[in-house]
Amino acid sequence: MEKGTLRVKSGLAEMLKGGVIMDVTTVEQAKIAEQAGAVSVMALERVPADIRAAGGVARMADLEIIEKIMSSVSIPVMAKCRIGHFAEAQILQSLGVDYIDESEVLTPADDKFHVNKWDFTVPFVCGAVNLGEALRRIGEGAAMIRTKGEAGTGDVIEAVKHMRAIRDGISRVASLPYEELMGTAKEIGAPYELVVYVHENKKLPVVNFSAGGISTPADASLIMQLGAEGVFVGSGIFKSANPLKMATAIVEATTHFNDAEILARVSKGLGAAMSGIDTGKMDKNNSISTRGW
Amino acid sequence: MAAKIGVLALQGAFREHINAIKKCGYQAFEIKFAGCLEDIDGLIIPGGESTTMVKLIEKYNFRPALDRFYKSGRPIFGTCAGLILLAAKVDNLAFCLNYIDIEVDRNAYGRQSESFESNIKLNSSYFKKPYDFKAVFIRAPKIIKASAKVQVLASLNSSAVLAMQGSILVCSFHPELTDDLRIHMLFAGMVKKSLNKPNTDILV
Repeated sequence: MEKGTLRVKSGLAEMLKGGVIMDVTTVEQAKIAEQAGAVSVMALERVPADIRAAGGVARMADLEIIEKIMSSVSIPVMAKCRIGHFAEAQILQSLGVDYIDESEVLTPADDKFHVNKWDFTVPFVCGAVNLGEALRRIGEGAAMIRTKGEAGTGDVIEAVKHMRAIRDGISRVASLPYEELMGTAKEIGAPYELVVYVHENKKLPVVNFSAGGISTPADASLIMQLGAEGVFVGSGIFKSANPLKMATAIVEATTHFNDAEILARVSKGLGAAMSGIDTGKMDKNNSISTRGW
Repeated sequence: MAAKIGVLALQGAFREHINAIKKCGYQAFEIKFAGCLEDIDGLIIPGGESTTMVKLIEKYNFRPALDRFYKSGRPIFGTCAGLILLAAKVDNLAFCLNYIDIEVDRNAYGRQSESFESNIKLNSSYFKKPYDFKAVFIRAPKIIKASAKVQVLASLNSSAVLAMQGSILVCSFHPELTDDLRIHMLFAGMVKKSLNKPNTDILV
């Protein structure tokens, strides 16, 4: 009997496909998410929009909050550690969370290196803005990738940009002749073996979700049609006027992402979506998708 | 007539089942609406999150069509979350299709940190090559009770992990995550057999 193998770690991500992972900060929110049909919840102290607003150093959440959420729902529970903060990751693993998100939403703890995720039996999900970054994280042991988007803004443009960048990267690598793969691995800063995998299989070796700015059923449909295998919704649910209704609608939109009739039906009467921030007008220093190396 | 196998595609690892069925040489289809069940000869309910699938099954009114499908004797194969949905009784889940007489504990194998893979031996009355099936258990449900009507096709530490009753096949692990097609071939065989003699041996 073997635990913590890559197949077991990436297997859980396979089971989450076609689903919505929702950020929650309380037991009540976790129950609303489960009731709406979330496949998993991300247990946090504050949603990204509030982390942005609060400023200061954002760290791993209060463990009591995470534990309470773990004991209140039957779906898997994820939690975030800071980039490179392997001690936070060790603590979250010992707590028994089902997935760790090594997340740019928190303040990075290391300006050069990420966590060596092979050291852990708990699986990791990591953010990426392009193919090279996705393959570097997988090379470090990530069992799931999510595009970063721009968390806490409610603006989907960065998620779209990153999804397209990964998709374009994959089609480019798939179309190259073999002799160009090593040069490409060097150029995009990715492990050669993983570049070869993408060339042969025309896909990432692990599941790829999308995150950062998805806040309506239409956003979920858009990003799924661009090739995401599922979505993370952070601030979009509990910063909207009617969280249960919005959450349920986004779950249905993710299942029926290419059925415009269903999308129209579930999009009606949801009340206000989160107000958000236009990332085009945002000070570049406030961007968090640039965190990660 | 070639057998057509549908895979419930509301959420979860449905693509992997479709690929496995195609590799077995059968046609495979995604099933997103209850009406599509009319056109297929066998159904796979994949792994995923059981609470999410229950919400969507209820919302999109699958229950009556699933009951008709089952009563017509067409085979159904449930893996992991699919096993949970097909069971007669599940710990704290109100929804049960009750097509196979097993009782299930969703959390008995523990959280993700307890997920594992292990080689299991298959029942040699059903499999010509019964040895070394690499079974991947992910937050797996446990069959804690199976009635005498249920045939056990594989077990691990004395609980059934692959079981059959009439037209229903279930397993608590994920054969779709490996390249081993033996269990999908068994199910495809059940579908083929039911096509040749429809409405026989239905145990309702």
